[in-house]
Amino acid sequence: MALLDTHKEDIERHLAKYPDKHSAVMPLLAMAQEEYGYVTQDAIGEIAGILDLDVTHIKGLIGFYTMLYDRPKGKYLLQICTDLPCALRGAEALSEHLCRKLGIQPGETTPDGLFTIENVKCVAACDCAPVMQVNGHYHENLDEEKLNKLLEDLRREAEVSEPAHYD
Amino acid sequence: MFEPVLTRNIHRPYSEKITTYLEHGGYNAVRKAFAGTPEEIIDMVKRSGLRGRGGAGFPAGTKWGFMPKDQDIPKIVAVNTDEGEPGTFKDREIVERDPHQIIEGVIIAAYAIGAGRAYVYIRGEFFLGVKRWIKAIADAYEHGFLGKNILGSGMNLDMSVHRGAGAYICGEETAMLESLEGKRGNPRLKPPYPAQVGLFGLPTLVHNIETLACIPHIIERGPEWFAGIGTEESKGPKIFSVSGHVNRPGNYELPLGISLREIIDEHAGGVRDGKRLKAVIPGGASTPILPANRVDVPMAFETLNAAGSQLGTGAVIVMDETTCMVEIARRLAKFFAHESCGRCTPCRIGSVRLYELLDRIEHGKGKPGDIETILETANGIDGLTFCPMGAALANPARSAIEHFREEFEFHIEHKGCLVKAVYSS
Repeated sequence: MALLDTHKEDIERHLAKYPDKHSAVMPLLAMAQEEYGYVTQDAIGEIAGILDLDVTHIKGLIGFYTMLYDRPKGKYLLQICTDLPCALRGAEALSEHLCRKLGIQPGETTPDGLFTIENVKCVAACDCAPVMQVNGHYHENLDEEKLNKLLEDLRREAEVSEPAHYD
Repeated sequence: MFEPVLTRNIHRPYSEKITTYLEHGGYNAVRKAFAGTPEEIIDMVKRSGLRGRGGAGFPAGTKWGFMPKDQDIPKIVAVNTDEGEPGTFKDREIVERDPHQIIEGVIIAAYAIGAGRAYVYIRGEFFLGVKRWIKAIADAYEHGFLGKNILGSGMNLDMSVHRGAGAYICGEETAMLESLEGKRGNPRLKPPYPAQVGLFGLPTLVHNIETLACIPHIIERGPEWFAGIGTEESKGPKIFSVSGHVNRPGNYELPLGISLREIIDEHAGGVRDGKRLKAVIPGGASTPILPANRVDVPMAFETLNAAGSQLGTGAVIVMDETTCMVEIARRLAKFFAHESCGRCTPCRIGSVRLYELLDRIEHGKGKPGDIETILETANGIDGLTFCPMGAALANPARSAIEHFREEFEFHIEHKGCLVKAVYSS
């Protein structure tokens, strides 16, 4: 199914917001990613056609913006901040603990496809450091115990349902 | 007694809802603004002394005055919610908990400069913030504060949200405009400034949301009230985000000009675990580090410049005596090396070279001469880039070496950490 089949109204709504349709490229890429889990080659081609943009330009955007992906991620995207304010409150050790628990490095996905770890840049929650976003939802004031429990909860949740996205 | 205004609503139940905002006097400032002429509103903002809260501190009224007066030229307000400066978390709190305060500020700004369109650029990571913005805008339309003929004034204003997708540089105003046009977030060469050639080639007023949140209060309480708070060159209330080694990290709305020591000791509860203060970054990751003996400084644009740093976003990052300053400089350099947009060579290459040098010193592989190479590299970036990121990425290493050079020398000479040697003995 193409985006125009499933999201025609949303696409038109985004196009109507801008005097120049090229501006709609980011909302459309976000839409594709939400629909397919990542921006697929087909979606890139379709969006290029809708907006009259080069495929190369769109791939350039995916390379530039860290939240856009052209390959699948784990069911749960664990984005742990390791910038200075979080690091001052133990984020580096916590990130290493997370990697040990899951047996992968930042940027990798567990073989069962459940978890991807990323060390991300500041997510503006430094008063609750260390902080991790899981599929867009904040988990704050983390320590090893809380992190272990969170992983268990997510594993259990994954057995019974699709993961909740975006808070 | 200082009375917080920007954060006065955020602890109320359902503070994000339009009904809560209206119950506590919300949107009265718009009515008051419509009773005056656009020129009068611009004059009020000028007299208030309000300076931008996003980092650069440019006088807001002057910026409004730069917008062309010709009514036939369409104009735009672009709202910057791309808060990404490490240590800064004030904008996210306002957006999530009191979005109508910002919308009211945008309506007044649009009225004053004659804009009919507003775009809100928000970080893609702020999923709840995006939701709250979208809902707030929809409710503002429903109540007649947005759309055609707002409150019978004849003014039209449309507003919509544009999500970012993960790029620190899009907080720089011209990079944000590029991103809004569907391009990579590469800063533009200035001039022309956005007030002449901004979004879609149209005159555009760009503001950080804390700046916009000040506007309704200036209209309601008067520019004299606002200018009565703060110092000679830094007026009004400011939200300070305090993080790091303190007992009570958080956002504190306080008058500009308050002492940095008072913020740390009184409001944030002092350094945690009874440890001594070592250093502070007073305005977010891109501002120079200050050693503990310089924290008796008023938090204002002019006084922090004189002290060798900057007010920036007012994000105070506190470090205690056990902190290794080589590691601080390394971690900050890593951030900027990752976030360089790649457009200017000094920033693209220089940021990575700086990080490599600091990384090798931190890991006991530093060589004699590395400190000089770092300073030379930093000076070869600052001032030689399109946007202020060049200075931003030179600041941490340069200021860490200026104030804590012995730690860098120890790392190079002894292949280990001075702070660790002291605290493990």
